[in-house]
Amino acid sequence: MAVHTFESEHEATSTGLPNTKLAMWLFLASDCLLFGALISAYVLYRGSSLVGPYPSDVFDIPYTSVSSFVLLASSLTMVLALASIQRGEIGRMRVWLLATALLGMTFVGGQVYEFTTFNREGLTLSTNLFGTTFYVLTGFHGTHVGVGILMLLTLVSLSFTGRITPRDTMAVELVGLYWHFVDIVWIVIFTVVYLIPTGK
Amino acid sequence: MATVSVPAEGGRGGLLRRPTATTGFWSWITTVDHKRIGILYGITAFAFFLIGGIEALFIRLQLAQPNGTVLSASTYNEFFTMHGVTMIFLVVMPLSAAFFNYFIPLQIGARDVAFPRLNAFTYWAFLAGGLFIYSGFFLGGAPNGGWFGYAPLSTVEPGNNMLFYALGLLMTGIASTASAMNLAVTIVNMRAPGMTMFRMPVFMWMALVVQLLLAFALPIITVGLFEMLFDRRFGTHFFDPAAGGDPVLWQHMFWLFGHPEVYILVLPAMGIVSEVLPVFARKPLFGYQFVVFSGIAIGFIGFGVWAHHMFAVGLGPVANTAFGISTMIIAVPTGVKIFNWLGTLWKGDIRFTTPMLFSIAFIAQFVVGGLSGVTHAVVPADYQQTDTYYIVAHFHYVLFGGAIFGLFSGIYYWWPKVFGRMLNERIGKLQFWLMVIGFNLTFGPMHILGLQGMPRRIQTYPATLGLGVWNLVATIGAFIIATSVLIFLLSAIASFRRPKDATADPWDARTLEWSVSSPPPVYNFEEIPVVHSLDELWHRKYAEREGGVVVPVPAGGAGTDPSRGPGSAGQDGHGAGGHAIHLPGQSYFPFVAALGLPLIGYGVIFHLWIAVVGAVVLLVGVYGWAIEPASE
Repeated sequence: MAVHTFESEHEATSTGLPNTKLAMWLFLASDCLLFGALISAYVLYRGSSLVGPYPSDVFDIPYTSVSSFVLLASSLTMVLALASIQRGEIGRMRVWLLATALLGMTFVGGQVYEFTTFNREGLTLSTNLFGTTFYVLTGFHGTHVGVGILMLLTLVSLSFTGRITPRDTMAVELVGLYWHFVDIVWIVIFTVVYLIPTGK
Repeated sequence: MATVSVPAEGGRGGLLRRPTATTGFWSWITTVDHKRIGILYGITAFAFFLIGGIEALFIRLQLAQPNGTVLSASTYNEFFTMHGVTMIFLVVMPLSAAFFNYFIPLQIGARDVAFPRLNAFTYWAFLAGGLFIYSGFFLGGAPNGGWFGYAPLSTVEPGNNMLFYALGLLMTGIASTASAMNLAVTIVNMRAPGMTMFRMPVFMWMALVVQLLLAFALPIITVGLFEMLFDRRFGTHFFDPAAGGDPVLWQHMFWLFGHPEVYILVLPAMGIVSEVLPVFARKPLFGYQFVVFSGIAIGFIGFGVWAHHMFAVGLGPVANTAFGISTMIIAVPTGVKIFNWLGTLWKGDIRFTTPMLFSIAFIAQFVVGGLSGVTHAVVPADYQQTDTYYIVAHFHYVLFGGAIFGLFSGIYYWWPKVFGRMLNERIGKLQFWLMVIGFNLTFGPMHILGLQGMPRRIQTYPATLGLGVWNLVATIGAFIIATSVLIFLLSAIASFRRPKDATADPWDARTLEWSVSSPPPVYNFEEIPVVHSLDELWHRKYAEREGGVVVPVPAGGAGTDPSRGPGSAGQDGHGAGGHAIHLPGQSYFPFVAALGLPLIGYGVIFHLWIAVVGAVVLLVGVYGWAIEPASE
């Protein structure tokens, strides 16, 4: 059986993969079904609302496209953060992690603004099936982004107290895996919810 | 990681110093030892088993005679709902988790699970969820809409009853999901050198399949429960037909989780039986690969049969036919296992010990439950049976006659390993026979009641229907079961009044957990074992001469001598090689983090500020966990 040693863990595992990484992959696989169920509910009820406002009444595609671009750009900064710590450059890592968190916050801020606008235009959780499924699906995703931001800021803080050192690349890699996953899910949500027209 | 971390002593001081108590109350609150967590799971699940059993007794008292008046209709609704919720989510799942926690590291040759603190968190979150659901009884009403929580009954009925259901199950779901990640990684990644996947005991394979089923089935019910919660509490319309919503969506989500859940409940018992039979038949398991691959096949097909719970909903002939066929197909791998177990017994040198008796009863009763299950796959027959006591009879043969009997087999089999004491065999056999008689007397007649047309979930029935006789028989059977459980409880307590008498390997068993003392030392293995074959311990003890004659390996020969028993390993944590064994440090924070969950739950029901407090407690727990010294 192959036995590998990892510089950050000093422990051999049966597969050679670190435990934390395997656990994160399994969690993300499990999370796929969480979003799968939510997206299914949205698709199932597409066009079933009995009263307005309907998606075409409230969506501002250019606005959401920009905020989507912001979120996707944060995947790039996340990769740069990981590359920095792998080269041992803690300072640069902090900068890129903060940039990632900032882009994430911009996205969530945009989502909050979008929600309040829709709300003003008469779409609430209980208005119709569109409001019900839209807010819960995108809200779940927004919460995921929020948790990711919390983890990014935690990494930055811990790097100042010496708990994240150039040897702890795995911690950054794990947060990165989560962050990219949340970004990829948004591509699906943006396509299904915003880009595919519903008719009414 | 787990086995190399050093408990921080005299390291960083102050608030974040890791607890070091090894005895007493705080040692249990802060423990991260998989064996102690297993015991906590087991005791808690058994306590819930007694509560759920008492609820069942009240239900049987109410139904013993026509026009029963023991329980009011609303109390009856709470009792049958809580009986189901308790037995499924708070008994069979955590009792299986108890065995997983205790024996996964021991059977694969590891010193702990991959994430010891996460392991502790899963126990506390499970306990929090269970107590949260039960607190409904004191806070305006326990769940009363059935364990399946069908919408729109669960979303429109007044009262907070089903909020306790949704929130409590979300908490136990968090516990099970985290546990699934932890244990799956442990099995895949922490096997001893030489312990390839196909040298693992079958129980480990079943454990792995169950963890993957949990990982992929629980998110679906999580979303369903959130949607139910939002419908009730925040005015959404997921399952509200008046706004265009579809209650059948809940049924799909529930059963897309609920059917894999059936295998989550029964595969652990199948794993236990696959361990017990070879030991007491003194033969290797017949067709190991077939048993393993059947388990995997059940795991996969289990996701493709959910709509057989919904034949009467009106999905149409095509869907019903498809799910009827897939349901018949899943009977095939299950049947393969039955024949493998029979093949294991065939020409075996059988010892009829208590664990063996429970395993044999498992096979017989599970066959009955499986066969009545196949009759449900025939759609027109199912139209007649659905929502009758025939269904109740069927799933109790699977989950009680199957899962609970299998778990009792495991309790008797592993009791000496866990507590270092043997259970009295004569009392054990008495308990076994009482339970077999009581069980069949209770649930056998329900087949007849169901075919006579007695509907499920009714609070009472008129005398003119002629259902009284078999209902009375069922009630008598239920009290025989209760007597047998009481006898087990007394036998268990009595075992603690005797000195520790169990040797390391009292059953002459085959797997690694029997190679260490009973109970095992805190670090499990003095030296991590090197594995050369399936049934490793057996091959260390016995060799096969020409002509298939099995002879014991002389003491001091190929492997560990089991008769050395307790004390053979250094008890101070220093192995023979003179190197210290580092164990993961204890922690307060899993408990703190889990404490936040019910507070958030109460906040959602009663007042936002309680939820805010809960969120703060949760964050304190998580951040304390993240930054306390000597991380695992």
